Parts: sequence; C-alpha cells; structure tokens
Amino acid sequence: MIETLVFYMFAIICVASGVLVVTARNPVNSVLFLILAFFNAGGLFVLAGAEFIAMLLIIVYVGAVAVLFMFVVMMLDVTVTELKQGFTKYLPIGLLVTVIFAVEVLGATVAWHMAPEAAANIQAATPAADAVSNTSALGKIIYTNYAYLFQAAGLVLLVAMIGAIVLTHRKRRDSKKQVIAKQLARKASEAVELKKVETGRGI
Amino acid sequence: MVELWNDYLWPLIWIVIKILVIVVPVLIAVAYLTYAERKVIGAMHRRKGPNVVGPFGLLQPFADGAKLFLKETVIPSSANRAIFLVAPMLTFFLALIAWAVIPFGEGLVLADINVGVLYLFAISSLGVYGILMAGWASNSKYAFLGSLRSAAQMVSYEVSMGFVIITVLLCVGSLNLTDIVEAQRGMWFVIPLLPMAVVFFISTLAETNRHPFDLPEAEAELVAGYNVEYSAMTFALFFLGEYANMILMCGMTTILFLGGWLPPFDIAPFNWLPGPVWFIIKICALLFIYIWVRAAFPRYRYDQLMRLGWKVFLPISLIAVVVVSGFLVAFDMVPAAG
Repeated sequence: MIETLVFYMFAIICVASGVLVVTARNPVNSVLFLILAFFNAGGLFVLAGAEFIAMLLIIVYVGAVAVLFMFVVMMLDVTVTELKQGFTKYLPIGLLVTVIFAVEVLGATVAWHMAPEAAANIQAATPAADAVSNTSALGKIIYTNYAYLFQAAGLVLLVAMIGAIVLTHRKRRDSKKQVIAKQLARKASEAVELKKVETGRGI
Repeated sequence: MVELWNDYLWPLIWIVIKILVIVVPVLIAVAYLTYAERKVIGAMHRRKGPNVVGPFGLLQPFADGAKLFLKETVIPSSANRAIFLVAPMLTFFLALIAWAVIPFGEGLVLADINVGVLYLFAISSLGVYGILMAGWASNSKYAFLGSLRSAAQMVSYEVSMGFVIITVLLCVGSLNLTDIVEAQRGMWFVIPLLPMAVVFFISTLAETNRHPFDLPEAEAELVAGYNVEYSAMTFALFFLGEYANMILMCGMTTILFLGGWLPPFDIAPFNWLPGPVWFIIKICALLFIYIWVRAAFPRYRYDQLMRLGWKVFLPISLIAVVVVSGFLVAFDMVPAAG
C-alpha cells in the first residue's frame, strides 16, 4: 500500500516534470525539470527492484550528462521569443515525428504481449529477485553471454569520444604550458646569479 | 483504526525517529566541526581561536547559528527567486540523505541497501546541482564563475573517485557498505590499497571544495564564490551542507579504507570500545587531516587542479583497476559475488 502511494508520487512527479521540460519558458528551468524527471525515474526503478539501474541512471545521467547540459544551457543566451518564431513552421514535422514515435512505442509494447516468441522472452531464465542481487545478475549476463556486444559498445563510445576531442581540439600557439619535470630539474645555479653591485652604479 | 496505526502511522513515526537519531547528531557534529576547525587552525597559527562565548568558546557555533538565524534574508532583485531559494535547500538536503546508508556499527544502519556505495556516489554527484543553481540564479558574475569552477572540479574528480571505489569493490565482491566493512576484518584496505586510499582522500578534498582545492570560493578573485549573494539562513544551509558533506566524505573514506566500525586489532583493549565509537574516532582523525591540510597548503591554480585530476589521478586509478583485478585473478583471490 505504501509502495503504491510512493509509486504514484514518483510517477506523477516524473510525468509532470516531463511535461514541464517541454513547456517551461526558461531553458535552465527545462534542464532542471529534466533532472527531476530522471531522478523520479530512478525512484521508479528502485520500486521495480532494479536498484542497480536506478543508481546508474542517477550517476550517469543526472550526475554527469545533465551537468554538461546545464553548462551549455547556462552559457547560451536563449530568448523565448526567438525560440517561438519558427513554431508554426516546424509544428507539422514535429507532430509527425511524435506520432511515428508514439505508434512505434505502442506497437512494441503490444507486440510483447501478442507474439509468442517475445512473450517467451519475458520468462527467459531470470533468477528470482531475492536469490541473486541484480548487480551480480547483470554482471554475469553482460560479461559472459554478451561480452562481445559489450566490448563493441565500449568501442563505439571510445570512437565518439575521440571524434569529439579531434573536432573540438585546437592548438593555441600563445598558450604556455607548465612542465613540472622541467621546473623540478632546475637548479639554483641555473636560475639565480649573485652579483656584487657597487653603490650608486646599478647593474 | 488500530490497523491504520499499526500498518501506517507507527512505521512512519518509527522511521522519523530513526532519521532524527541520525540527523540531530550529524548537525551537532557539523556545529562542532566549525568550532574544531577554528580552534585547530588557531593553534596552528599560534592564536587562541574562539574563546569568548561559553567555556573555551564552546558555545561559539550556537552563537554563530543564532546570528545567522536572526539576520535578514536578502534576495537580490534580479535573481531567479525560486531557484535561488531551492539551491541551498537542495545542498543541505543532499548532505543529509546520504547518511541513510552509512553503517555506524554492526547492523546499525537506517537502510542496508544492496547498492550502498552507488547510492553514496550518486548523492555526492548530485551535490554539484546546488552549487550550479546557486551560481546561476544569483545573477552575479562572481557567483556564476565560482559555480562553474566548482561544477567542473567536482565532475572531474568524480571520475577518478569512481575508479578507486571499483578497486575496493573488486576486493569485496559486493556493493553493500556493511559487506565492505566486514571484508576488512582481517586487514583494513588502507594497507594493500594505500595509493588508492591517498588518491581517494585527495579526491574527496576536491569533491567537497576544500583547501587546497577551494577555487570555487577563492576569496582573492571571486569574493566568496557561488554563495556571495546569500545571506542569513540561506547561507547557513550552504555552510551546514558543505560541512555535513565533509563529515560524510570522511565517513566514506573510513568505510572504504579504514575498516568502518572495526577496531584496528580484534584483541582485548581495542575491542572494549563499541563499534560506533571507533567509527567516530576514525572520522575525527580524517577531519583533523582536512583541517590540517587547510592550514598547511597553498591553493592550487586552476590548470594545476585539472591536471592533477585528469592527468595524474585518472591514469593512476585506471592502472590500479587493472593491477588489482590482475592480482586477484592471478592469485585466485577473487571474492564470491554477493
């Protein structure tokens, strides 16, 4: 019963903040509502017994990805009127994408119940939730059955990362870099010179 | 009626009582941490520190608290009011909810969850939002610059912290904090994983924006960083949150490396003290080092800070993950998955 109440709390806040992400006038508010939505989705995962994924969602999306989002949005000087300009022009395309996406999500959900192969997958060898913690269950599956796919996913991310660095990195000629080894290798005899200065003459 | 009481109200009240039993001591500890900091740094500077309010100045934290409580809360006219006010509350709230999973002794834990380490890591990674929101909502360039620095710093050091935690988890085979402490019964992890413990400790300094990494608050250039525009209770909440976070990070280091509530040797004079006392002693020792570091070291320059995080700690901790897992596999010491 308490679980149900908590579920509705998370679910309602999640959906409401999802709506507010789209409707908020200020882009920073949008990002903050997005974070709230992620956070509540994490709560829903915990209720579903998937605590590992819940924590991962919060660490990766809220703790890292959304911070960068926020960085970018805070730096941008977005005015609402500018955003509203092309609204009617882009509305049909937006609607089309939304409808296609909604139909596909619905289709996938329905197919899950209709197709016997998919339905069998629901009951595919999943251990009882209290027999094995879901961290080790996930680990066993990812690092044994799907090891190659896991490595491939890692490779894709690596390529994306290198791509982003190559595209944005530029060498500046006037920047001075600190070379700590060089600093430490300096001796007093190379750096300091003692001079005897005569009075009233200077160097 | 009886059902309502037994099933809903009483469990709720019982949880609230348990929460208060944790939160109230934490807040008192925060108050006395500020006092300890001023006293210890005073001693290191050969000054007396606070010594007027109460015997030995012991009531100074409460005097400060009362002062902040009675002052006027000023909200800048061009600030984004809602976010401006939510930011300190968020910081304070996050600093407190993390304590839910900390085991103070054998079985003395509010929520003994399977993924305790990840929970702590998640909560500490959320801490950056309070600062970012404060800096942005203040609509002041100093606050904004401070918050950007702080956010970049916290995100950078979290990466190496994550890898250090992985090396510990490799030796434990569980993400549960109680299991992590129990795995250190024979030997605290600080001995086999000493380099990692050092990396972790320095990363926690950066994560809590403490000296020598307190660039977000660099008084000389940014006035006071992200909290310039805050006054009275809103400022106090930031302050409390920051110090509660320091204690939390020390608790985390204790659990991961210093054997949590376990005595150093499980023999007569040491195991007379109950577990929670050992836990508190270890946290206090680490906090003393935090304060000592503040008195002893100059502030890092920003590029040096980033270099340390990305070019020194990250490679070290990455190599450590490989070395530790290689060692465990080679000597057949991989713990059974929990």
